[in-house]
Amino acid sequence: MTADPATFRFVSTNRRVREDRRFVAGRGYYVADVALEGMLHVAILPSQHPAARIVSIDASAALAMPGVHYVLTGDELAAATDPLMNGLDTPKVQRHPLAVGQTRYAGEWVVAVVADSRALAEDATEKVRVVYEPLPFVINAEQALLPDSPPVHPAHGSNVLLDRTFVWGEVEKHFAESPRQLAFRVTWGRNSTVPIETFGVAASWDPWRDMLDVWASIQMPKYPDQIARALRIPANCVRVHQDVDVGGSYGVKRGIKQTVLVAHLARRLGRPVRLIEDRLENMRGGDAHGPERIFDVEVAFNNDGIVKSMKIRALDNAGAYAGRAPFQLGKPIGAIVGPYKIESVQYRAQSVTTNKAVQEAVRGFGQSPTNYAIETAIDKVAAATGLERIEVRRRNFIRKEEFPYLIPSGSSYDSGDYHTVVDKVFAHIDFAAMEQERDRLRASGMLAGIGIAACLEPSGGNSSFEPLLNEKNTTTTWMDSCRINIDGLGFVTVTIHNTSSGQGHETLVSTVIGEVLQIDPDLIRVVRPDSLACLPSNSPVGSRMAIMLGGAAFHAAQKLKTKLTRIAAHQFGLAEDKVVYASGGVGDPKSNRQLSWIDIVNIGHRNFHLLPEGMEPGLESTHVMQVPTGDRLPENGRVQMYPCHSFEFHVVLMAIDPVLGKPEIKRYVIGHDCGTVINPHIVKGMTLGGVAHGLGAALLEEFVYDDEGHLITQSFMDYLLPSSREMPKVEIVHHCTPSPHTVFGQKGSGESGYLGAPAAISAAVNDCVASLGISFNKLPIRISAIGDAIADAQQGKPQQQAK
Amino acid sequence: MKVNLRINGVNRTTELEPRKTLLDALRENFLLNGTHAGCEHGVCGACTVLIDGEPVRSCLMFAVQADGYEITTIEGLAPAPGELGVLQDAFCETHGLQCGYCTPGMILAAHALLQTTLTPTRDDIVEAISGNICRCTGYGQIIEAVEFAAARLRVANTPRPQHDGLNRELPKHAAPTEGLLEAEKGDQPVAEAK
Amino acid sequence: MKPAPFEYVRPESLAEACALLAADEDARVIAGGQTLVPMLAMRLARPARLIDILRLPELAGIRQEKDAIVVGATTRQAQAERDPVIRASVPMLARVLPWVGHPPTRNRGTIGGSIANADPSAEIPLVAVTLGAEIMLATVDGPASMPADDFFIGPMLTTINPGECVSAIRFPVWPHRRVGTGFFEISARRSDFAFVAAAAQVALDDAGSCIEIALGVGGAGDRPVRLDVSSLAGGKLDSASVTEAINTAAAELDAMSDLHASAAYRRRVAVALCIRAVEEARGNAAAKPAKGA
Repeated sequence: MTADPATFRFVSTNRRVREDRRFVAGRGYYVADVALEGMLHVAILPSQHPAARIVSIDASAALAMPGVHYVLTGDELAAATDPLMNGLDTPKVQRHPLAVGQTRYAGEWVVAVVADSRALAEDATEKVRVVYEPLPFVINAEQALLPDSPPVHPAHGSNVLLDRTFVWGEVEKHFAESPRQLAFRVTWGRNSTVPIETFGVAASWDPWRDMLDVWASIQMPKYPDQIARALRIPANCVRVHQDVDVGGSYGVKRGIKQTVLVAHLARRLGRPVRLIEDRLENMRGGDAHGPERIFDVEVAFNNDGIVKSMKIRALDNAGAYAGRAPFQLGKPIGAIVGPYKIESVQYRAQSVTTNKAVQEAVRGFGQSPTNYAIETAIDKVAAATGLERIEVRRRNFIRKEEFPYLIPSGSSYDSGDYHTVVDKVFAHIDFAAMEQERDRLRASGMLAGIGIAACLEPSGGNSSFEPLLNEKNTTTTWMDSCRINIDGLGFVTVTIHNTSSGQGHETLVSTVIGEVLQIDPDLIRVVRPDSLACLPSNSPVGSRMAIMLGGAAFHAAQKLKTKLTRIAAHQFGLAEDKVVYASGGVGDPKSNRQLSWIDIVNIGHRNFHLLPEGMEPGLESTHVMQVPTGDRLPENGRVQMYPCHSFEFHVVLMAIDPVLGKPEIKRYVIGHDCGTVINPHIVKGMTLGGVAHGLGAALLEEFVYDDEGHLITQSFMDYLLPSSREMPKVEIVHHCTPSPHTVFGQKGSGESGYLGAPAAISAAVNDCVASLGISFNKLPIRISAIGDAIADAQQGKPQQQAK
Repeated sequence: MKVNLRINGVNRTTELEPRKTLLDALRENFLLNGTHAGCEHGVCGACTVLIDGEPVRSCLMFAVQADGYEITTIEGLAPAPGELGVLQDAFCETHGLQCGYCTPGMILAAHALLQTTLTPTRDDIVEAISGNICRCTGYGQIIEAVEFAAARLRVANTPRPQHDGLNRELPKHAAPTEGLLEAEKGDQPVAEAK
Repeated sequence: MKPAPFEYVRPESLAEACALLAADEDARVIAGGQTLVPMLAMRLARPARLIDILRLPELAGIRQEKDAIVVGATTRQAQAERDPVIRASVPMLARVLPWVGHPPTRNRGTIGGSIANADPSAEIPLVAVTLGAEIMLATVDGPASMPADDFFIGPMLTTINPGECVSAIRFPVWPHRRVGTGFFEISARRSDFAFVAAAAQVALDDAGSCIEIALGVGGAGDRPVRLDVSSLAGGKLDSASVTEAINTAAAELDAMSDLHASAAYRRRVAVALCIRAVEEARGNAAAKPAKGA
C-alpha cells in the first residue's frame, strides 16, 4: 500500500456517487435508448425441443408479411462467421448464435426474423415453419457423466467437457492420519443474477469506413476482439460504444452470440439492426444461467475440530455449450480452503454438457457455490465434535500474523484479520442476547436458529484459472488503464476504458485522482471513449476495478503530479525533492515562491521554452497496469490467482413456523472487511445487493427443467426475485485490513454479500430444523420442502430430500 | 388509431396500433426514455408511471386505454432542466441506486407514497416499493432515501396535503416558528476594518 | 413480448358491449388488464378484438341493498380497499385486498376482473365463494346471475358464455352485530399467488356462541371451495371442536402439486390455516361489544 490512510482527503469519505444524478432523472443511456436511423428489429424463434435435428426451415410465409426484411438461419450465419470461442480446449463443442443442424436445448435460438418493428418481427416468427426430428436428450448432470448418455455434441464423443483432479499436498496421508472423517453432498441449484434489463445490442456497418459500430448492454472482457474474430474482420474495424449504461449485469451480460447475430445482419442488410431480448428470450435462451453444481465433500479432522484435509468433487451442469462456464470451476481454486488453514486438498472439477440452456459468468464465478460447500463442511465438523460452530471456525481461521498465507493450491492470501471481524460482529450483535432471542422464539412454538458463514472474496481478477484448466492458454496479462489530460485551461478530463453497470467507476476514478492531485474530485470529468480510442481494459469482472482501475488512475495521477512538480521545480531552479506539491500548486518552502495550478498549466501548454530538457509538452499521462500478482503460468497444478482477499462473516437469526415452513429472517448482520474503502456508499450498496442475490439463491430462485427437458420457470411469475418485502434490514459491521498490494490498501467488494449469504441462510434453516433431525442439502430451500420435511419428522417418517 | 394523452402536464397526440402498450408509446412515440421495460408482464415494476398520481405498470396498459388521465413519467418530476426534486436528490444522497434501471419506477412509487404521507414508517415504504424489483441495491439505501426525503419534506416550506392518505395524524409543521429575520443568539456584528 | 394484433373498441353502454361480445367469438373484454395483458404479451391469448368496459357507468359503483353490498365489476381493487362501506359491511373483502397483487396492480386491477380471471389461488374469488356471493352477469338477453360456488368450474375457468360479462358481485351482508373475519395465506413472497389460503367469517351471539360461520380454502385445488363447518354453529368454537370440524370438512379437499408446493403441503397447511382463520375470526367477533355491554 502506497498511501497513508490517516491523510485521506477524499478516499473513504461519503462523497455522492456522481452517476446517480443522471439516473434519478431518467436520463441514463441504455441500449434500448439507442435510436439509429433506419434501424430494424429482431425477434427470435426458439426451439421447443430439448434436442432435435432441424429437418427443414420454411420462411416463405414470414418473408411475405409486410414490414419483414429478412429471416436468418443458423446455416447462413455459420457460413459467414466463426464459431464462438470456447474457454477449454474442446474444439468439437461448437457454438453458434443460431442452432446449426440440430438444437440442443429447449429455448435455443433457431431463426432470427428482422422487421420494421419488434411487434412485426414477433408476428413473423410465428409464420416460420421449422420441422424437427426429436433426439434423445439428457438433463441431469450425473446421467450426463455416464458413457451411454446421449451426447449433446456427438463429435466431442461424450458429455464431459472437463474432468480434472488436482491434488495439493498429502491428502491421502492426512486422511489416514486423522482420527475423524465425514462425507456429505450439497447441491447448488441453477440460478442466475437476472438483471432487470435484459441483454440488448444494436449494430451498424459502414461500408465506406469499413467500420462496425456496436452499442450493447455489455460487461465482457475482450468484447471487440471476440466480435472481430467471429465476423472475420480486423479488430480495428469494430468500434464498441462504451458510454452505454448497462442496467445491471453481475457477470452475465456477455452477449456474444446476440452480438454476432446482430452484427452479421447489419452487415448483410446494410442497415442498423437491434435486438433487445424480451424476458422469455432472455430466460430461456439468453444463455445467462449460472452454475448448477453438485459437491461431494469429505473432510478429515480431529476431536479439536481442526480440519486437516479436504476432498471436493464438484460436478457442474454446464448446459448445451461450453463457453466460459467451466472456468467457474477453476476460479474457486484460488480460495479453495476458504479462510481456513486446511493443509491439503484434493479437488476434482467436472463439467458436463446437458440439454439445458448455457451458463454464463455469474457474480463470484463459482465462489459462492464453493463457499456453500466449505461452510457446510465446517458446520458438520462442529456437529460431529460437539464444539460451537464459531469455535471451530476460530480454531481453523488463518491468523492475522500468518499473512501473507500460501494455500495448498498455490495462491497467497494478502492480508486479513478474521478473528477481529468475528469479534466485532459478535460485540455488535450481543450474541448472547441473540441466542436468548432464539430460545424465546423456540419457547413460543417456532423453530428458530442461527446461521453463520465465513468466507473470502478473492478480488483483483486475473484469469490464471484459464491456463490452469487449459494448457493451450498462456494468458498471464490482465491489465487495466487510465488516461488523464489537463487541458489548456486547467480542467481535468479522464478516460476510462470499460463499460459500467452501476459500480460507480466514474466516482471511483475521480476520487482517486482527486486524492493524488489534491484537487476537488467533482471538478474532474470522466468520459468513456469508444473501444478504438481506448487503452486496454479487461472490464469489471473478478471484483477487480477498485484494485485495477483505482490502481491505474492512481499511477497515472502520480505521473502527472510528478510532471507538475518537475515543471515548477525547474522554474525555481531547485531539485524536485526540495519543493512541495500541495492542492494542485507547488511551492518552495524556503523562499515562499509559489506556482499555482494555472501557472503550471500555462507553462505546460504554452511555454515550451520553460520546460525541463526532454519533457513533452502538454499535461497528459497514461498508465496501463498489470494485476499485482498472478503473472506466472501454473506449475504442477498450482498458480497464484487473485491478489487481494476481502473477508465477510454473516450471522443470521431465523424463525420458521413449523406448520407453514416459511423461513423468516429476524436479524441479518454481516461483518465486512474489504481493506480501504474508496467510496463507502458504493461498497455498502454492493454488500446489500449481494446479500439480496444470495437470499434469492438460497430460498427463491431456480431455473427448473421438467423431465421432458422444458424450462418451467420462464418468466418472473415462476422465477422469484426478492422484493423489498423479502429482504431483511441488513446491518453491516465494518473492518479494514488493508492490502499490501494496492495503492490505498483497497480490496474488491463487487461480490460481497453474495459469496456468503447462501451459506449463512442455508445454515440458519438447518439450525432451525436440527432438533427434528432433518437438514436441507440443496438450494434453493423451498417453503413446501421445509413444511413437508418438518411434518414427516414429526410423524417419525424419514426425510425425503428434494430432487 | 389516434390517441390523445396528457403526459407530464402536456397534451400530446399520436397514431399507433391498439396493441402498443403505454410503455412502448411513451418510449417510441414520445421519446420519453426514462420509463424502462424489464419484463413486459407486470412483475418487475421498471415500467411504473403515475396515472392520476397513482403508480401503475405501463406495460400492462395499452396506450389506447390511457386517454383522460394525468400521466406522470420520471421526466415530469424534475423541477427544471438540471435540477432535482427533493426525492430525486435524496436518492443521490443515500446512493439508493446503482445501475439506475429500476430507479425511475422506484422513485415514482416512492413519490406517490410521499404524496399521501410525510411520516411513512419503514413498513409503509417497504409496502410502497414492494412492486418494484431492484437487483442491485438490496433495497436498504432505497428505503433510506425515502426516509431522508420524508424528513426533508417535513421541514420544507412547501404546500402540504390536507389529509394524510393513510389516515394518520398530520405532523406538526417542523419549520422554525421564530422569525428568520432575527439574529441568532451569539451573532455578533463584524468589526469594521480600520 | 408484444401481443398479437387486435382491434380495440370502447362501447358506450353495457348493452353494446354484450352485443359486440356475442357477435364475435374472438372478442374479449378488457377492464384493468392486470391479468389479461400478461397473457396477451406472452401470446397465450390472442383475441381479435378487445372490448374495453372499464369506463362503462353501469359497471361502476358500490351499492348498498337490504342485505347485500353490490360491487360493480369495474370497481378498482385499490378503491375497494379504501371504501368504508366495504370495510363495514363486507369485512372479509376488506381484509384480503391488501394481499391481492401489489399496490400498483390494485390501482388498475378490478374486482370483476379478478372474478372473471378465476385463478384458483386468487383472494377475491375465495371471498366470493366463502361468503356465498352471487356473480351478476350482463348478457345480450338481459341480466343474469350465478352463485359463486357454481361460477368457478376449474383453473381459470368459469361458466361465462360468449356474449356475457361479469357486471357486479353481490356480497351478502350478515345481519348479526358481532361479526369477525380471519384470513391467512402462504406464498413464497407476499405478492405471489398463494400456495393455499383460508378465509373465515364468524358471527357470535352475546353469550359468545357461534350463530353463523363461513369458511373457504383457495389455492389448494383448481378453484376456491367452501368447507362445510356448519356443525360448529351453536357451539363456543373451542379449539378441539374447530380442529375436528375442519379436519372432517377438509378430508376430501382437492389439492394439487406443482413447482411451488406439494399436494401434501397444501392439504396439511390448508387445515392449519383454516384453524387459524377461524380462531382469528372468532377473536375479532368477540372483540365486538355485546348488547348492553
